Amino acid sequence: MRGATHAKWAAGAVIVALAATACGGGGSGGGGGADGIVSSSWGDPQNPLEPANTNEVQGGKVLDMLMRGLKRYDPKTGEAKNMLAASIDTSDSENFKVTLKDGWTFSNGEKVTAKSFVDAWNYGANLKNNQKNASMFAYIDGFDQIHPKSGSPATDTMSGLKVVDDKTFTVKLNQKFSTWPDTLGYPAFAPLPRAFFDNHAAWLSKPVGNGPYTVDSYTKGSKLSMRKWAGYMGEDKAQNGGIDLKVYTDNNTAYTDLTAGNLDLVDDVPASQLKNVKADLGDRYINTPAGIIQTLAFPYYDAAWNTPNAAKVRKGISRAINRKQITETIFQKTRTPATDWTSPVLGEAGGYKAGLCGDGCDYNPTEAKKLIADGGGIPGGQLKISYNADTGSHKEWVDAVCNSINNALGNDRACVGGPVGTFADFRSQITQSKMSGPFRAGWQMDYPLIQNFLQPLYYTGASSNDGKWTNADFDKLVDQANAETDKAKAVSTFQQAEGVVRDQMAAIPLWYQNGSAGYSTRISNVSLNPFSVPVYDQIKVS
Amino acid sequence: MGRYVIRRLLQMIPVFFGATLLIFLMVNVMGDPIAGLCGDKACDPSTAAQLKKEFGLDKPVWQQYLTYMGNVFTGDFGTAFNGQKVTELMSAAFPVTIRLTIVAILFEIVIGISLGVVTGLRRGRPVDTVVLMLTLVVIAIPVFVTGLLLQLLLGVEWGVVKPTVQPEAPFNELLIPGLVLASVSLAYVTRLTRTSIAENARADYVRTAIAKGLPRRRVITRHLLRNSLIPVVTFIGTDVGALMGGAIVTERIFNIHGVGYQLYQGILRQSTQTVVGFVTVLVLVFLIANLIVDLLYAVLDPRIRYA
Repeated sequence: MRGATHAKWAAGAVIVALAATACGGGGSGGGGGADGIVSSSWGDPQNPLEPANTNEVQGGKVLDMLMRGLKRYDPKTGEAKNMLAASIDTSDSENFKVTLKDGWTFSNGEKVTAKSFVDAWNYGANLKNNQKNASMFAYIDGFDQIHPKSGSPATDTMSGLKVVDDKTFTVKLNQKFSTWPDTLGYPAFAPLPRAFFDNHAAWLSKPVGNGPYTVDSYTKGSKLSMRKWAGYMGEDKAQNGGIDLKVYTDNNTAYTDLTAGNLDLVDDVPASQLKNVKADLGDRYINTPAGIIQTLAFPYYDAAWNTPNAAKVRKGISRAINRKQITETIFQKTRTPATDWTSPVLGEAGGYKAGLCGDGCDYNPTEAKKLIADGGGIPGGQLKISYNADTGSHKEWVDAVCNSINNALGNDRACVGGPVGTFADFRSQITQSKMSGPFRAGWQMDYPLIQNFLQPLYYTGASSNDGKWTNADFDKLVDQANAETDKAKAVSTFQQAEGVVRDQMAAIPLWYQNGSAGYSTRISNVSLNPFSVPVYDQIKVS
Repeated sequence: MGRYVIRRLLQMIPVFFGATLLIFLMVNVMGDPIAGLCGDKACDPSTAAQLKKEFGLDKPVWQQYLTYMGNVFTGDFGTAFNGQKVTELMSAAFPVTIRLTIVAILFEIVIGISLGVVTGLRRGRPVDTVVLMLTLVVIAIPVFVTGLLLQLLLGVEWGVVKPTVQPEAPFNELLIPGLVLASVSLAYVTRLTRTSIAENARADYVRTAIAKGLPRRRVITRHLLRNSLIPVVTFIGTDVGALMGGAIVTERIFNIHGVGYQLYQGILRQSTQTVVGFVTVLVLVFLIANLIVDLLYAVLDPRIRYA
């Protein structure tokens, strides 16, 4: 092998060089037990680390350690449990009274009061502050004043938020939304100390929160050291001394560091390593469901896709996709074939219903061919599935989906992949309604509610309704469900709405995405929450 | 000499503007960067508009370029999407990459030139054949193969070094990445030196030097090597720029947070400010390295004069 010969030669030279400078390798240091420090892989957050400005998992990791809000989603079940909230009461699903628990402070000693919440929410919603999660506050009354469609905001506060006293504030929504309190575990709803507003730059370089960890040091772009905060009030106290988040240029590199014993936790096992992961890590590899679903969306602004017959074609395409084979061979079981439009992390009670899709998601090439022919064939004669080619392994699965469709139809030209160079370009083509055929659509939930899997994606004019699908029955059912005060009834009404999505095959569900992680022998009790973020506070160091 | 330097410096101005304009246009052609900031969701339109305004993306491209260049001359390279100043990113990334480049260049000079001299003087002997074949192998193997292989063997299997580099990137941790980065150029340097030495060994001035009775050592270092280095110096000079900008692969493999990593991330996030800023500095480095190379010619070969 030429490579090996070369390696020996080069390795010889390298060893000589190393001996000369007396440099050796070695394992990672650090103590064990309750003071042990865990090193974990990280990516440079895309946005500044403000709660209402963090919408991706890398920044989310930090906020999950640093901040606690009114509610917190149970890392195992995803259920929204009171954290800082003593109670959130409502009689009409529209006006809420929030009461805070006693004794909580930020790590700089400042008390967490009703004002800490109201100020933080007003900041997050204000158009002036460019917060990317501003729309999370859209249900609060007065949002259209502070975040107008165009022009500058008329006010700096939302009329729906009123501080009653130090421990109480009221919220008025602009519509009925019975499960609204359950959305409050989202990081954007975290309280903020005065330091955030008074000296913003200093806060950004060393954020201060009320969570189980404090920021010890932060070197932007390379390392963030979080240390256990002894004064933390919550039940979920850190069971380790701290977490060192290390930025990796590439997830393959992080994985290599894990196998070499230089890193304790990798929360994104690269696709290329999935085959070796059992051999490398054994049972130190976890692969658990996350609240992410991948679908194929369609451009309903294109008249060809917006006909009753096209629904048949979509169903036919859905039935032509061999989900099981693709998830097993390409994704090594880190995806599960989807049989509804939500996610298993919701649980039965939360609205996940396996098999809701019915035969529409069953692989059956003969039926598929028939359905597509019945519907008048694929509009334009060829299906072009658009995806961004720069990240993820989208090319592989899009090609596989196309192969599956082509085989079912017995036509090599029936489906092709349509790569777009960068993610930003892909997204901008979607937002400008320039898609001519189906396109890759991924949805990562904001909060574990069935509402979050349906309303933002399929409601008329909703923020992430990229295909501009519209259906009066669906909209009506969603409105009904939101007004419903009984939780179980709300969920079943949402499921009825999901049935409309199914009958029209508004989007083709592909698979539920899992979160995966690998860890070293130094640590134990590692798990991922439904947002595929490691539950850092529970990690034990031996 | 002075006039020559001034003329060269003046020539840099159009090259500098042309290169930055090209990069600026290329990044702009990739589309709207704001759309990529909100994950798989659509950014809400008013926030997106506000962000565009803040980054000046709502203006026509020519105006964006003029504003940008105006700012650059006052030392303001703009802000990346994560809120960090580009100058801040540069001050973190360039020292690391400069260290990596120094290590790589040293490998090229020390190993490359010595091997070149040895083989050049022993043309056709076994040592020459062996080194030639080895350089051929090195040139044929892509850098990422060399890098991953060395990382796996030395870092994971044998545990001689840490497989990745710490954020501080001290010199001793950069030895392996530097060697990987230098490997292909090193092979070229060896071959260039060898050919040049072999050719000049038969030159008149070398024969004269030997005839004068100078010691062999002095003939080789003062007369033969010095004249033979001109093509090698040209190559190494241009390589400085190439190594600094082209270390993307090596930097990713060894987790080095240098220029290549920042550029890669800037391109992925379509951050015009980051990409144009870094490339502008790289263009300057390239131009200056070339000038120094040209000036070195005169030092190495007394026959060359600049007026």
